[in-house]
Amino acid sequence: MKYVGEYRKKELILAVAEELKRVSKKDITLMEVCGGHTMAIHRFGLPALLPPNVKLLSGPGCPVCVSSQYFIDLAIAFCKVPGVIITTYGDLIRVPGSGSSLEKEKANGEDIRIVYSVLESVELARSNPDRKVIFLGIGFETTAPATAAAILEAKKAGLTNFFVISAHKVMPPVMKALVAEGVKIDGFLAPGHVSAITGTAIYNDLATVCKLGVVIAGFEPVDMMQAILMLVKQFEEGTPKVEIQYQRVVHHEGNKIAQAVLDEVFELQDDRWRGLGVIPGSGLKIREQFSAFDAEKHFRITVPEPADPAGCICGSILRGLKTPEQCGLFATTCTPADPVGACMVSGEGTCATYYKYRS
Amino acid sequence: MKSGEEKILLSHGNGGKIMHSLIGELFLRHFSNPILNEQTDAAILATGGDEIAFTTDSFVIDPIFFPGGNIGKLSVCGTVNDLAVAGASPLYLSVSFILEEGLPIKELEAIVVALAEEAKEAGITIVTGDTKVVHKGKCDKIFINTAGIGSVRKEDRHIGKGQHIRPGDIIIINGTIGDHGMAVMGARESFHFKTSVISDCASLNHLIREVLDNSNGVKFMRDPTRGGVATVLNELAEKTCLGIEIDEPALPVSPGVTAICELLGFDPLHIANEGKVIIVATPEAAESILETMKRNKLGLHSAIIGRVVTDHPGKVVLNNETGGRRIVDSLTGDPLPRIC
Repeated sequence: MKYVGEYRKKELILAVAEELKRVSKKDITLMEVCGGHTMAIHRFGLPALLPPNVKLLSGPGCPVCVSSQYFIDLAIAFCKVPGVIITTYGDLIRVPGSGSSLEKEKANGEDIRIVYSVLESVELARSNPDRKVIFLGIGFETTAPATAAAILEAKKAGLTNFFVISAHKVMPPVMKALVAEGVKIDGFLAPGHVSAITGTAIYNDLATVCKLGVVIAGFEPVDMMQAILMLVKQFEEGTPKVEIQYQRVVHHEGNKIAQAVLDEVFELQDDRWRGLGVIPGSGLKIREQFSAFDAEKHFRITVPEPADPAGCICGSILRGLKTPEQCGLFATTCTPADPVGACMVSGEGTCATYYKYRS
Repeated sequence: MKSGEEKILLSHGNGGKIMHSLIGELFLRHFSNPILNEQTDAAILATGGDEIAFTTDSFVIDPIFFPGGNIGKLSVCGTVNDLAVAGASPLYLSVSFILEEGLPIKELEAIVVALAEEAKEAGITIVTGDTKVVHKGKCDKIFINTAGIGSVRKEDRHIGKGQHIRPGDIIIINGTIGDHGMAVMGARESFHFKTSVISDCASLNHLIREVLDNSNGVKFMRDPTRGGVATVLNELAEKTCLGIEIDEPALPVSPGVTAICELLGFDPLHIANEGKVIIVATPEAAESILETMKRNKLGLHSAIIGRVVTDHPGKVVLNNETGGRRIVDSLTGDPLPRIC
């Protein structure tokens, strides 16, 4: 397939792998902070192609996995409000909350619908004026602009029955938090689609202050291998900087229109991350002037602070401190069919990926 | 019956005159054959001396019309294929409709016509049936149940069971995978992509008969419907306690299916098919079976996709296009689109 096949060519991958072996001397640990990258690494069997001194860690980059249990509990509480339709991206519905999941509530007869785009939710609100449509806003700078655009669209259309619960998050604070916590990382593979929106400046601190290389990478195996090579070269030469590997999509300044829409609707707030706790300035909250679309303000429902499931080490896995195989529940009590922790739920979660591609 | 704007009413299922006119003017008109026309409570069937294969399946697909077919055509293909992959020649079919009050009769007729045409194509005779109408909201437009009877030759009895599978056996499929699942998804209202993908929905009994008549090297057959090729191969690996190895570059996948799968994060190996058969054959017979399949219009893109091995018993391993290897798991739950 065009624009995919070219970046999966075996000869190219092997050529980069050879170059990597030639260049890489020192032990190096790189973290990918995007579920899409974790998937690609395992789907294409990249670890087997890396020199033994190059280690990859999976970080907190799957939006479903980092969504707090509190958020799921809140969504479940909202779905029980009479007249409400909950709309969500697909893989969130299986995430276990404290006692239930959206999938189980759907089976109980609650009106929970999977959408492919948040704009479908706006359309649903328009065509069901007697119902209240609540969209579960999850994801990073990649999906947040679309949610912002949907809120602007709903405002323009004068809709009073469209709402969002925002669990949207931004990438850089969690990366800095991991470094500050002392997780041993020598460089980051940064997600290409985040920077397609934000540009590259969001990572400048990591390079200048934390002295860590950041390479913004695409999602095909050639992209990933090339980005790893770029990070290794930076590390060997002692020149940490922010570089773009995914040049066919990402530009330094990013997508200014999307940035403006994001900034108009959202502001930063301290936010909960599953397994990681509250990270300052890491979440996106709907600005006061759009509070008519903020489900939490409109419905004023709160749920108790949930406890983490016993034995689950999602937090350590999301920090890159442990791998799924080190979890006592992995592939025994916790499987994709019956997940305990969120990392097993999403197709892009670290545990689900390890489970699926374990060999 | 004028079929313009008319809709199904509860009285179409009440056993009275209106129901009889529906049966006479719609079902019998399209399904007519000497056995059905008797309109007895139970059809009396001749089966010859062979053993009987018997199967049933219910069809609740949404949407009821999709590129490449509709629920009527599907309800024949599904049951015919279940018979055919067991090595049986399909003979007789029962058709039961559960209709939602308010279903436009025009839509019902289009479904009945497709059902009749597919039954004719497959050479299976509709010998009995039933119709029920339920209140609006109690079913989704139309549900169809079909049951099929076929005859099996003694020498083909092992095919549905696969007990003769040995390491070294070859795995063949009759064309591209994932077309049905993606066509149906593309036809759903909420899905705003326009795709060129068409369901592969087809009766495979003629193709399978040609294979069985030309070779005695078939060890096993299965149609990879829900759960896709991955699920069938995993079941096979578990059942035989042998490993299965497939080659990603050899898997036939159309560009349209590849594109949607890339966009939504699906694996074509997990997507449903309705006109595909996986055949496990002896290495000696594989090439000639492949040739036979390629001569049938439903097998033009047939390919050898893998083999049975002694390594990794109970597991399916895929050699990918980039030289890596990974485990292919069965599908867990419905395939859900990835967020990013």
